[in-house]
Amino acid sequence: MTEPLLTARDLHLSFGESSALSGASIDVAPGEVLALLGPSGSGKSTLLHCLAGILVPDRGEVRYRGSRLDSLSDDLRSELRRGDFGFVFQFGSLVPELTAVENVALPLRLSGHKRRTAEARALEWLERLEVADVARKRAGEMSGGQGQRVAVARALVAGPRVVFADEPTGALDSLNGELVMDLLIGAAREQGASIVLVTHEPRIAAYADREVVIRDGALAATVTA
Amino acid sequence: MSVPHTLLGLLEVRARHGYDLKRAYDAHFGQDRPLKPGQVYATLGRLERDGFVVVRGTGREGGPDRTTYAVTAEGVTDLDRWFAEPEGPAAYLQPVLFAKVVLALQSGRDAVQVLDAQRAEHLVTMRDLTARKSGADLDRVLGLDFALFHLEADLRWLEHTAARLERLAAEVAS
Repeated sequence: MTEPLLTARDLHLSFGESSALSGASIDVAPGEVLALLGPSGSGKSTLLHCLAGILVPDRGEVRYRGSRLDSLSDDLRSELRRGDFGFVFQFGSLVPELTAVENVALPLRLSGHKRRTAEARALEWLERLEVADVARKRAGEMSGGQGQRVAVARALVAGPRVVFADEPTGALDSLNGELVMDLLIGAAREQGASIVLVTHEPRIAAYADREVVIRDGALAATVTA
Repeated sequence: MSVPHTLLGLLEVRARHGYDLKRAYDAHFGQDRPLKPGQVYATLGRLERDGFVVVRGTGREGGPDRTTYAVTAEGVTDLDRWFAEPEGPAAYLQPVLFAKVVLALQSGRDAVQVLDAQRAEHLVTMRDLTARKSGADLDRVLGLDFALFHLEADLRWLEHTAARLERLAAEVAS
């Protein structure tokens, strides 16, 4: 069996009195598309944030490629997120002051690439995601569907091993949602990247290789083929 | 809608005579399509022939003679199988799922498990349909979308029901 790329074991996390995770454990295989399903407040986004090193659990451990992620310093976790992880959120994925091409180039610029090289690669990704026509537009000048495709380009431009997508189609109509998913899944599979996808939409979860239902901060059921 | 299993489920909760059974069925599941008395007795006859129910006794409560039926061990086994097996995703599934959930709660079974099994069945089918859309002609894609949207509607109902199970359990128990 392939070694998992990401593992979480017995994660517990509370926000004040409110428990968000209570014993969640999960593995993500290399190249796997995993959907986390569950009602609002079930803990699925919190689990995604712990897997991505954005949140640190109160208890339990997260491992990425065999090494502890949850005990790294803030700086090292940030570095890992820049280099190995990509992110797509429902809202606010893009920096509003930057154009589409500048947004997509941002992860490369932060990793030390020169502006010209970074923007050339960003443009290639915008073309691939069929939004090259909005390259010079800012987030506020694009439609929701265009903005999410730009966000997908930004998530993938640096060649991440894992893309974390939290309700990536939640603000889109069904047709644009489908287009974003087709492009996200297609590009990630081509690169061999894993995807951890949080969604409450079964049609979106159906793009995954495996669906996991989160209830009350822990895994309630797993659906495999 | 599986009338035989629904009647069997009601008999598992407690032994009943035919009229009482019809009344319970109509109250929970037959608001739009109440059972005809003949249908109740014909179904009871078949369930008795198959060994799933037995006649518990005959009595009179100020009216005509009434035969009381009770579920047998074979009947409970058949119900166990019915609860455990998710329904094949199909159109107009909601009435049978609703019956399963209500009867699971009434008989003390795990209704969450019934919903989880059904969700899994639906998701596997939806995943297969989604994969088949890749590279297909548009008319085929639209046909697959039609099926996907209907399955999603079922799943939304499942999630909605799962979120209200506690209240439903309280109402079913009262």
